[in-house]
Amino acid sequence: MGKEIWVVAFLLSQALLLPIAQAAELHTERISGSAGDVLEDDPVGRLKVFVYNLPRKYNKKMVDKDSRCLTHMFATEIFMHRFLLSSAVRTLDPEEADWFYTPVYTTCDLTPGGHPLPFKSPRIMRSAIQYVAMNWPYWNRTDGADHFFVTPHDFGACFHYQEETAIQRGILHLLKRATLVQTFGQRNHVCLKEGSITVPPYAPPQKMQAHLVSPSTPRSIFVYFRGLFYDVNNDPEGGYYARGARASVWENFKSNPLFDISTDHPPTYYEDMQRSVFCLCPLGWAPWSPRLVEAVVFGCIPVIIADDIVLPFADAIPWEEIAVFVAEKDVPSLDTILTSIPAEVILRKQRLLANPSMKQAMLFPQPAQAGDAFHQILNGLARKLPHDRSVYLKPGEKVLNWTAGPIGDLKPW
Amino acid sequence: MFHSHGTRRSNAAARSSASGGLEGGGVGSPAASSASEGSSFRPSASTFWLLLHGLCCLISLFLGFRFSRLIFVLLFSNTIYTYTTTTTTTITSTRTETLTVSFPLTHTPPIETAVKPNNSALELSDKMSNQGSSHSQVVVGRHGIRIRPWPHPDPTEVMRAHRIIERVQQEQRKWYGVKSPRPLIVITPTYARTFQALHLTGLIHCLRNVPYPVTWIVVEAGGVTNETASLLARSRVQFLHIPFHEKMPVEWAERHLTENRMRLLGLRVIRERNMDGIVLFADDSNVHSLDLFDEIQKVQWMGSVSVGILAHSGGPDRTLLTEDEKLNPPIPVQGPACNSSGHLIGWHTFNSIPYSEKSATFVGESATVLPGKMEWSGFVFNARMIWKEAEDGRPEWVKDLDKIGENGEEIESPLALVNDASFVEPLGDCGKKVMLWWMRVEARADSKFPPGWIIDPPLEIVVPAKRTPWQESDDLAGSKLEQDDRRFTRPKSRSSSKRKNTLPGQDN
Repeated sequence: MGKEIWVVAFLLSQALLLPIAQAAELHTERISGSAGDVLEDDPVGRLKVFVYNLPRKYNKKMVDKDSRCLTHMFATEIFMHRFLLSSAVRTLDPEEADWFYTPVYTTCDLTPGGHPLPFKSPRIMRSAIQYVAMNWPYWNRTDGADHFFVTPHDFGACFHYQEETAIQRGILHLLKRATLVQTFGQRNHVCLKEGSITVPPYAPPQKMQAHLVSPSTPRSIFVYFRGLFYDVNNDPEGGYYARGARASVWENFKSNPLFDISTDHPPTYYEDMQRSVFCLCPLGWAPWSPRLVEAVVFGCIPVIIADDIVLPFADAIPWEEIAVFVAEKDVPSLDTILTSIPAEVILRKQRLLANPSMKQAMLFPQPAQAGDAFHQILNGLARKLPHDRSVYLKPGEKVLNWTAGPIGDLKPW
Repeated sequence: MFHSHGTRRSNAAARSSASGGLEGGGVGSPAASSASEGSSFRPSASTFWLLLHGLCCLISLFLGFRFSRLIFVLLFSNTIYTYTTTTTTTITSTRTETLTVSFPLTHTPPIETAVKPNNSALELSDKMSNQGSSHSQVVVGRHGIRIRPWPHPDPTEVMRAHRIIERVQQEQRKWYGVKSPRPLIVITPTYARTFQALHLTGLIHCLRNVPYPVTWIVVEAGGVTNETASLLARSRVQFLHIPFHEKMPVEWAERHLTENRMRLLGLRVIRERNMDGIVLFADDSNVHSLDLFDEIQKVQWMGSVSVGILAHSGGPDRTLLTEDEKLNPPIPVQGPACNSSGHLIGWHTFNSIPYSEKSATFVGESATVLPGKMEWSGFVFNARMIWKEAEDGRPEWVKDLDKIGENGEEIESPLALVNDASFVEPLGDCGKKVMLWWMRVEARADSKFPPGWIIDPPLEIVVPAKRTPWQESDDLAGSKLEQDDRRFTRPKSRSSSKRKNTLPGQDN
């Protein structure tokens, strides 16, 4: 009797140990964040989205006027619209919809140099909301609490590229109750609303796939970075751009052979990232940058230098375990920090990055694929369901003040 | 220099200097008042204050208002200064901690007391306005650029980084590289001559970077010499030093044949000792890429790779290519040729016809050195192919090694080892990828070199060579020197004429 128990126990332990042993033998590792193992969830069936049919002037006409909107890093708003139009979560019956999407492209008014001008964006957004509120009853039903908007600009719905002005403006008042899908994320910041979904900036997936090299190419660069350290055009005095962090990186490590950092634009930028162990992702004028997406796709461990930043899909992806976070005040000792990370930790981070679902979650491929950033956004929206009862206003109750905000925003567009 | 606390310190300085100024003025007035008031009560106190007042007046007189203000700043703002210094010392103490563990630095970072000028007010207002509006700990506005006192790499950290990189690459090889790598056996024929150290050092460094276990068989013509032995001993590669009874001939044609015989000797050593692995022929003057060693792991029995031929074209009187050569340049690659389905159909060889008249005949001649028809270095094979007992099923198309060279015939190419050359596997994407280059650069056979490349005892007498390269341009150099002297050193211009025809280095 006793012997049989021992045999059974032995067999059970072997059966349990095998999968653990096998897991260490794989070159990838499963990713599960604070919301659980949700990267591969399928949003179809978990939510329904109704897409408002806005006049052309809010979306198509802007793209036709300047097609650069389709390739710059703010193209998320356009591709999200296109994805939703043909997605299985779309419903044509607004009564059964859980979420309402307003396709207004606020980041498509470009300068000749290609930078989006945010000066008209508040008026465009306000005009779109007015249109929606007048033609459908669903906005007034909740004052926008079950509506979501994509605002991929530098500081999201604060609609300005300069941080001080953006903070002064704050988030557009009419969006007070809506859910915002934006790239900007910084804790305790005016421009990050509670309940927003942070997404990665748009980076063209085909361009990155075209530069893939064999994974057996040995990683021989320790730290890699290409970009500006000083912005002499907009910050001639120095100290404003990147809160001095990029300049600090340059001054401390320009003579360090372990750091391959410079401002030039090599044609082998993507290939070089695949030959590096660490890729720096410091803040610029805003804390987010497409470098994070590139680093994840190319398997280079991102070194985030941006205090209090909120990274994309922070509840689904455990960034603490994948990236290395360095406080801006610790930049002078960056080499000490990076060289004292144990090799096993580095290998584990590389295993997590090698997970294809991780790379997929950072991309916006056309046509959409399972597990990509579009699906992660829908998963995020699905996780917010079911709506709290406070979302629905009592008859006659009004929360939004339609005349709040700077006078210039009230001009019709 | 830490600029991060510049704002606080500048404010401190501003406040303290203002207070110092007031204090400076204030010292005057209480002194005067106490002089009038306190004279009746305590004469010692009043005289003390009077003396102090007088001293301060004298200081102000001699040093001026600004300096006296500075003295008051130093005297009366001690508290504020200790606050700032304590914050810096906490940071510096952690720095020195890491430094003492790793590498002793001669200086501790200075506690900087310099103040960032002009912008303190702006920064202060920025900070205050933004701290009020948001609850963020991150402040918008101008920030200092933090630079540590010694912004240079620390050697211990560099070594740690290299170990991390090594571990990462090891892991990469584990997942994406060759699955079960076989050890390599490298055969190199060599002999002691001027350029041997140059060639062998390059080969040693290459072999040390190979990530697989390497056994190096070095066959030396003319027997074992100290030159080669000392190079090999320092190499840290596992080697076998085999002597070959003949001396290396001076003529290239003879030399190729001798080298072939040396390689066969190496093969016989492998056969005797039943060494396992992949056999590779690495000539000491060839250049190898590390990709080659990964690629040859794929070989089953016998494989062939493309060899880039760098035919050395001799001295400065190189003739230009003829018209015919420009249209059809001699293909400088020797290796397998495949059809569209990837099967071996033949061999590319080096087109030596353009060089037939002007090729070098003996070593050190300044003319093109031509390779043989089929270079040995382009072939690799499984060591089991030459074992005595065909235990692993040695294929029938392989000849037995003992029967080769038995009758004294010369072995021109490794294809003589096989009966049927069509079984040779083309490697390196069917020969399209060139991973090693054949090169022959040698000094004249009678050229001398110091043994072991060590000059011992040190040279005492320096005799200028007959044709100094500087003599023709000496006048130009001298006149330039005169011009420089006139521009920069006025009093020395008189002596410049003395130095007209000699350069500063040759003054002695």
